Amino acid sequence: MEKFSKIKSVAAPLPLINIDTDMIIPKQFLKTIKRSGLGKNLFDEMRYDECGKELENFVLNKKAYRNTNILVAGDNFGCGSSREHAPWALVDFGIKVVISTSFADIFFNNCFKNGILPIELEKDKRDTLMLDAEKGSNAILMVDLFDQEITRPDGSIIQFEVDSFRKHCLLNGLDDIELTMKKIKKINDFEQTYSTKMPWL
Amino acid sequence: MMSGKKTLYDKIWDEHLISEEADGTSLIYVDRHLVHEVTSPQAFEGLRLAGRNVRAPEKTIAVPDHNVPTTVDRTEGISNKESRIQVEALDKNAKEFGIIYYPVNDIRQGIVHIIGPELGWTLPGMTIVCGDSHTATHGAFGSLAHGIGTSEVEHVLATQTLIQKKSKNMKVEVFGKLGNGVTAKDVTLTIIGETGTAGGTGHVIEYMGSVIEDLSVEGRMTVCNMAIEGGARAGLVAPDQKTFDYLKGRPHVPKGSNWEMALQSWKELFSDEGAFFDKFIHINGGKIAPVVTWGTSPEDVLPINSIVPHPGDFDQQKSLAVKRSLDYMGLNPGQKLEDVEINTVFIGSCTNGRIEDLREVARIMEGRKVKDGLRAMVVPGSGLVREQAEEEGIAQRLQEAGFEWRLAGCSMCLAMNPDQLSPKERCASTSNRNFEGRQGRGGRTHLMSPAMAAAAAVTGYLTDVRNLM
Repeated sequence: MEKFSKIKSVAAPLPLINIDTDMIIPKQFLKTIKRSGLGKNLFDEMRYDECGKELENFVLNKKAYRNTNILVAGDNFGCGSSREHAPWALVDFGIKVVISTSFADIFFNNCFKNGILPIELEKDKRDTLMLDAEKGSNAILMVDLFDQEITRPDGSIIQFEVDSFRKHCLLNGLDDIELTMKKIKKINDFEQTYSTKMPWL
Repeated sequence: MMSGKKTLYDKIWDEHLISEEADGTSLIYVDRHLVHEVTSPQAFEGLRLAGRNVRAPEKTIAVPDHNVPTTVDRTEGISNKESRIQVEALDKNAKEFGIIYYPVNDIRQGIVHIIGPELGWTLPGMTIVCGDSHTATHGAFGSLAHGIGTSEVEHVLATQTLIQKKSKNMKVEVFGKLGNGVTAKDVTLTIIGETGTAGGTGHVIEYMGSVIEDLSVEGRMTVCNMAIEGGARAGLVAPDQKTFDYLKGRPHVPKGSNWEMALQSWKELFSDEGAFFDKFIHINGGKIAPVVTWGTSPEDVLPINSIVPHPGDFDQQKSLAVKRSLDYMGLNPGQKLEDVEINTVFIGSCTNGRIEDLREVARIMEGRKVKDGLRAMVVPGSGLVREQAEEEGIAQRLQEAGFEWRLAGCSMCLAMNPDQLSPKERCASTSNRNFEGRQGRGGRTHLMSPAMAAAAAVTGYLTDVRNLM
């Protein structure tokens, strides 16, 4: 996994609540056996009409936001299915940071496995950033994971929380399986004790 | 929490905890890993690239369900190229890595969350994961079951463990007794209406109370299945005699002395009196009515005899979403739900594709027909459910009533196969998600119980099933 560095970008505002993973990447694109190439279909049914033509009003089709790395979203972002195609599509498009008041658990987890930083903020802070995001190319946000800070266009700073283990993995681009493999003896010992205790499993 | 009294979730968690870091990041052991064709190819490819094996192939069970056509001609192969490639990839991966596999033409094939319990792979006290959010279904047996992403699928394949942080405990107590015509689906939808789709986020829900105790094991699966729609990764019901009776004799359930030993252990699976819950809600089961959804989120649910709400009835943020969903659904505020005309009826899914659901539909359809002009289909949750329904005469009765009788799969619940809605086609559906485009681009989904879907099939409108009883 790529190391997560500082992100400096305009932020796209998506104030709708409960944006689900079916919206992020509709099911017809889940038939792939690859991880890459889903960016063009990110938010497909909101982004294009039935003929595949871009819908002008959708935020990512507007000039200021076409190359954004940051989304500021309504509550409960990423609810619904467990499809990792949702973060794959986001990352393929170029999104590295999603800011909301809350995320669905599985989506939240999936983000970290793909180098995306989901940031949970209190409502007033998220709303402030939503207003910044609406200013388009006039408003650049900077997200610094190491210091856990978002710098607003006026220079003021909003701090955020992140789980220390996940922060460490993101900053260093670490692979979970590698890390777990280092505990293989513990797993073996556990399995042995466990199968003695529960022989029917 | 420090009292030593544990919730059911605490007990299962502790039993599977391998190690825990100072920040709470933990490694937990996985007893069963269920795999399907959509969320696994990238995981197997990852193993291959890294030169890794599946650590416990005997604990890994795979079945194709999301993509498979449900028409009888599927025995001749899948015509959609991408779907075929995905199913063939699972065939190949299952063989190469030596995992347990039920291919598309095996009578035991079906929706992964239907066949797990049916074949006895799902047992109380287990940890069960699958790259599918409706894995919560298995919680009905008192097993800790939840959906994971594809990277986690790869992690479990390689290590039989999962990196997790412990969730909080939430209790949902449904007391009293359900009225006539009110089913497990109405219970679970009503709970989501109460908590909202994010109400359970960060929590594992334990469902309890007299209504849950009175439900069949299958009804409990319907309730737990939709825990994720309330934001909770997992839902649990403590196992009881009904659970044990359901399990006994199924193919992969322990036998003889192992059964006795397992049973002793399963009887300890309940929340201790006075155990701590971070959050709890109580619902009077006697007040739950047959419900339908009107919007594009499962929390948009109301009793059938209600009217479509007005965006102004909600706070500012939700109001925006409601306006959008009423547009999408083609509904007007103030309109009676019972005046909403439907085009299609879908009976099936991991929520309501079990034999009990099909029996319920057959009971409502007794002496009645699907209204002329409606498209109505029944998709059994597994080949074995289909076979049983045929043996019981249900299949024949439903076909005579005007339903199409399909082969097993996820089908129109997520419409990855050819079973899809057209734009503006309105469906009475027993599935679990009414998201925009879920059943086909522009399709309009109303979630409800099998009994309510049958009632809608008879009249062609959203209908209070109690009027047909």
